[in-house]
Amino acid sequence: MTRTLLTGNGAAAWGVRLAEADYVPAFPITPQTEIIETLAGWYERGEVAGRLVTLESEHSMVTAAGAAAATGVRVFTATSSQGLLYAMEMLYAVAGWRAPFVMVNVSRAVASPITLESDHTDILAARDSGFLQFHCATCQEVLDSVLIAYRVAEDARVRLPAIVNEDGFTLSFTREPVEVPDIGSVRAFLPAFDPQGMEFRASRPVSQAVAVLGGSQYSYFRYEAHLATLNALAVYDEAAAAFASRFGRRHPVVEAYRCEDADIVFFLIGAVATQARDAVDRLREAGRKVGVLRPRLLRPYPAAALRRALAGARAVVVLDQNLSMGQGGVLHTELAAALYGAERAPLLVSFIGGLGGRDVSAEEFYEMAAVARRAIDAGVAPEPRLLFTAGELREIRKLQAIAVEERKRTGGQA
Amino acid sequence: MSESAIRSLKDLPSTHLLGTGTSMCAGCGGLEVLHEIYDILGGKTVFVNAAGCMTLLSTYPFTPFRGGWLYTSMASASAGAQGVRDALDILRAKGRIAPAEDMTAVVLAGDGSTYGMGMSATSAAIERGLDFLYICYDNEGYGNTGQQYSGATPRGASTSTSARGYTGDKKDLFAIWAAHRPAYAATVTGAEPLDLAKKIERAARMKGPRLIHALAPCPTGWDYDPRDTVEIGRLAVRSGVWPLKEYVDGRTVHTRVPHPRIPVEEYMKTQGRFAHLFAPQRNEALLAQIQRKVDAYWAAAA
Repeated sequence: MTRTLLTGNGAAAWGVRLAEADYVPAFPITPQTEIIETLAGWYERGEVAGRLVTLESEHSMVTAAGAAAATGVRVFTATSSQGLLYAMEMLYAVAGWRAPFVMVNVSRAVASPITLESDHTDILAARDSGFLQFHCATCQEVLDSVLIAYRVAEDARVRLPAIVNEDGFTLSFTREPVEVPDIGSVRAFLPAFDPQGMEFRASRPVSQAVAVLGGSQYSYFRYEAHLATLNALAVYDEAAAAFASRFGRRHPVVEAYRCEDADIVFFLIGAVATQARDAVDRLREAGRKVGVLRPRLLRPYPAAALRRALAGARAVVVLDQNLSMGQGGVLHTELAAALYGAERAPLLVSFIGGLGGRDVSAEEFYEMAAVARRAIDAGVAPEPRLLFTAGELREIRKLQAIAVEERKRTGGQA
Repeated sequence: MSESAIRSLKDLPSTHLLGTGTSMCAGCGGLEVLHEIYDILGGKTVFVNAAGCMTLLSTYPFTPFRGGWLYTSMASASAGAQGVRDALDILRAKGRIAPAEDMTAVVLAGDGSTYGMGMSATSAAIERGLDFLYICYDNEGYGNTGQQYSGATPRGASTSTSARGYTGDKKDLFAIWAAHRPAYAATVTGAEPLDLAKKIERAARMKGPRLIHALAPCPTGWDYDPRDTVEIGRLAVRSGVWPLKEYVDGRTVHTRVPHPRIPVEEYMKTQGRFAHLFAPQRNEALLAQIQRKVDAYWAAAA
């Protein structure tokens, strides 16, 4: 085991290297590109065995990934944002093939308007695709999650592709100290890929991804995939326990930070957890009983673990770095569903924040906690709202005034 | 290529490797051509399918294929072939499978996929030099959904989205492939089984990107009696509408030059999709234009 400084993208590449993936169909997109460049360099220089092929689109890339996994090799691929959306048809398709492989998504906000920085609307668009979803908060977790994801995805009880998600820029381009395990230990943790007979061989003909006629067969196979996805909860716990005993790092399905006696809990996913933990430390110093709860898995959804973790909380501040138009935050909706009917369920206070890379400040965490406190006192959750300051609004108004003037100057209607 | 084992119709295999009882229409020209191709390619093949009529060939739990099958999507069958081929190459290079376990990746796609959304993935597969065979069964429209016009529909043909006749021209798929300088490209049709067999045999011995572009007469889409499929295929060749040719080593050679060429009308009259060009009155201008185009093709080919 060596300790070194790695970006989230570097950590992802190291995870793939240690998993000894055979094949990487690729397509460049910011902020993911560093992953495939790193792998391409290693393969070209012969440092490790592996083959990287650049396809002409993410749709083709995911098709090739699924096809290669269905032929019996260990596959890795990566994308972001528009690329994930472009591949969307094939995400649903290859999950139904039950062809296990791992894809890293480096979260980036989606168009329109087109932008480069991070939020989670891209990855949550893949929520119902049939891919398992692992969400990371640190560069170390990116490396570790790639290894755990292969083990869970390839397990005979699961056999599904998995997405490991890291936030663009805040993780992808940020160097953190990362423990890089040695290959021997990784091999002991993650055995070679066993296709379990689902592979194309001349002596053993097989048809994969065939059509069905009628809703009865369709329902059966779709629900079977759903049950396999649920199986991944127990398989994840086993894998995380094995990982902890071998490498000493614990990655429980739900990370609870200072939640034991907390009456207000921040609920979120991804890298913003680091800022949330910092804000919680400050609030604790001021005597507030607050904590952070962060699911690592979103699919399957660890509903029981979340209910247990929130049993004592009186209010949950749900911070959604995503936006489902006309509904609000996806994490909020799903947590509400998980807590519905629970005895003394906490109030849910919904905030949309951090869209398109917008920072969530410490003051905003304090304010969200204050809003939650008032909600507890009033016994009613407030309407969902967007984290947006008066200063930001002033800046927008200035830009709008410029846009109006420019439009007039060039003869357009203001 | 003189080493061909196939010289006459008597040399054609009578194995009928492709299973029967599929859900294809009676008289399907695509199925006819697939039967003939499969007999020569054999079962050590993975058919990577794009959305189209033939997607229903493999319907749980049945398949007419003796080897592999993988349905992908409408746009990305060639990328699926890339994944299968690369995986088998990796397995062989690492000694994880015996050479005898290797299989050939074969894309099976209709003209709807091939001429439209499948073009990007296929062009990229050719530019990478992918070792695969691409079969396009071309029934000149989106047949599976009821024959709407596609990029492969010929000028004047009535379809369910061009009742008065398609106003575009059939795209030249063969030329698009040839411009990529692939290992091989050929046009075939099921009504010319000897010509087809020789080409498949040749293609099967090669490596790299290889196109088999098959005209697939379609009783439901072209509006004719299923019994006429073979005859209509023959007329397509004899009228010069469907040139039989191949591209090898940078050169295009016609494997059959129809002589004498019968008028294109003789081919068109057999199909309801062109009936509006003949009745209630003849569309002389368009018929002449279509004939001139075929004449010009063969004048340039001579």
